[in-house]
Amino acid sequence: MTFRGQLRLMRQLTSIALRSLAQRKTRTALTMLGVIIGVGAVIVMVAIGEGAKASVARTIKGLGTNLLVVSPGFSRRGPVRASNVETLTAADAEAILARVQGVVQVAPELGQNVQVKYLAQNTNTTVLGVTPGWATVNNYTLRRGRFLDDLDQRNSQKVAVLGATVVTNLFPDTRAVGQTIKVRGHNFKVVGTLESKGQGGGRDPDNQILIPLTTAQDRLFGTDALRTLSVQIVTEDQMDRAQADIEALLRERHRLADEAASDFTIGSQKELLESASAVSDTFTALLAAVAAVSLLVGGIGIMNIMLVSVTERTREIGIRKAIGARSRDILFQFLVESVVLSGIGGLLGVAAGVGGSRLVSSVAGWETAIESSSILLAFGVAMGIGVFFGMYPAQKASGLDPIEALRHE
Amino acid sequence: MIRLTGLKKTYQMGDQTVEALKGLDLHIPRGSYVAIMGPSGSGKSTLMNILGCLDRPTAGHYELDGEDVSGLGNDALAGIRNRKIGFVFQSFNLLHHSTALENVALPLIYAGAERQEERAREALRQVALENRAGHRPTEMSGGQRQRVAIARAIITAPPLILADEPTGNLDSQTSEEILDIFERLHKAGTTVVLVTHERDVAEHAERILAFKDGALVKDEQWRQPAATAAAAGQPGAAS
Repeated sequence: MTFRGQLRLMRQLTSIALRSLAQRKTRTALTMLGVIIGVGAVIVMVAIGEGAKASVARTIKGLGTNLLVVSPGFSRRGPVRASNVETLTAADAEAILARVQGVVQVAPELGQNVQVKYLAQNTNTTVLGVTPGWATVNNYTLRRGRFLDDLDQRNSQKVAVLGATVVTNLFPDTRAVGQTIKVRGHNFKVVGTLESKGQGGGRDPDNQILIPLTTAQDRLFGTDALRTLSVQIVTEDQMDRAQADIEALLRERHRLADEAASDFTIGSQKELLESASAVSDTFTALLAAVAAVSLLVGGIGIMNIMLVSVTERTREIGIRKAIGARSRDILFQFLVESVVLSGIGGLLGVAAGVGGSRLVSSVAGWETAIESSSILLAFGVAMGIGVFFGMYPAQKASGLDPIEALRHE
Repeated sequence: MIRLTGLKKTYQMGDQTVEALKGLDLHIPRGSYVAIMGPSGSGKSTLMNILGCLDRPTAGHYELDGEDVSGLGNDALAGIRNRKIGFVFQSFNLLHHSTALENVALPLIYAGAERQEERAREALRQVALENRAGHRPTEMSGGQRQRVAIARAIITAPPLILADEPTGNLDSQTSEEILDIFERLHKAGTTVVLVTHERDVAEHAERILAFKDGALVKDEQWRQPAATAAAAGQPGAAS
């Protein structure tokens, strides 16, 4: 046969396959539905997973990516991490600012959970002793009034800046700025309030009261042991070096022997981001795996229906073989049917997946992110499934003995 | 046209070996019109399957149109069936979902041929069904269906027509019409081999072969070959 004849043959076999699918509309639609659901589910699940990942990443980035957080205490992975270890001091913070290269600001934090009162209202919150640079380092913006300044710091003034949640709890109707609140018997004047940061992670970042570090040390808690020490680095690429320098400096200052474990830990937002996105990736993979099972079931549906079709059309296959169809012509015809089923099912599944993701976003309010790679992958897998699960029925058809097939009723 | 030498076919039925053909030697010259008769189990169906290249002999040789086809593979046999043999079956074996025209054109699809529709119309004209081209087999009478099947058989202009009980499902008047078409094909030089169990159908042929228990028991020259057919012993005269 000439090359052109071969092409004509393949084109005609394809149109025979399409017509045969069109003749069995209900069956074709139901078989496709399996693939549509499978592909759609993969796309929606991956979109939900990716959306969650993007949302977590944005929250973490909101905390500042060029931030190192030094906490007192031994290894983070140790069995007990005591929160009252008093190894990190304000002097450490000053030393880091003075001696480590690339450090823009340090924001030491000294804090405890206490009850705070305003007239008859009271609330449990965290009181943090901080320096004026704290707000910039931690990406907080002021809503009203002013932030703590150097003068407050120098004079250990009893002034406070309130987080958004505290404002809501203590001052549901009145303006907070200018009022006086009571913290452990001391009167503090409210000089400013912060913009809300919204929920992110376990702790409410808006449920806190900020007072000058010196006031916290001298008047309120009587200790200079820091809870955490945030260090802002100039650029992200200097993080690793700065982290090493801070570690070396603190070990020197704490007079740790070479073999001793550090009595502090340094964490970076980058690490947090990495571990959070690793968790999200696992989550996404799990969702996608569950969805992939339904795609697999769709493929088995194709195989099932193609096997039925081959049995039903045994006589037709016999007729075609008798008048000169070769085994590969029969194989091609049936394989085209299964690939068209999975291909069109895949395309409709992509549409269903994109639509489904939008629906999930608008109905459930979850963030979704549709990745073009997941669309390509789901569609590609669907096509592959069409070939894979179509091959067995097609081979069964092409291997039929024409004499037996012609006798089939 | 057809030369069989020492042709044997055996089947394994459980632990029993059945000899369907027991070493057959037969020569059917080009342009002949031959009828094959015999009761069921005589081996005539087995012979038809081998002649039609749907099956291969266990031993011996089958030479068709000058080519030994007994050792060919499945795809090569499919090609031989497509080009050299036209089948006509008792139960017509048409595709129900396709029109008469599509049924007739089917062999051309597998040949990758050109001008398929035009040639299919011409074949339908030869069986006087050109006005039924768009009808499906389910909308036709038995005689019309068999004519569509004959049009399909002759569309590739094969040198050999194999008809297996072609009138078995038809009334006597329609049978005559079908047999007339075979007569016409024969006169045009095509070799026609007809399997039947009816003597009066067989008598339309020039030569009647009777089979029993896998062997040829009677070879009867029923009527003299037509003048043209007698000269058609040389290759080239038929196709």
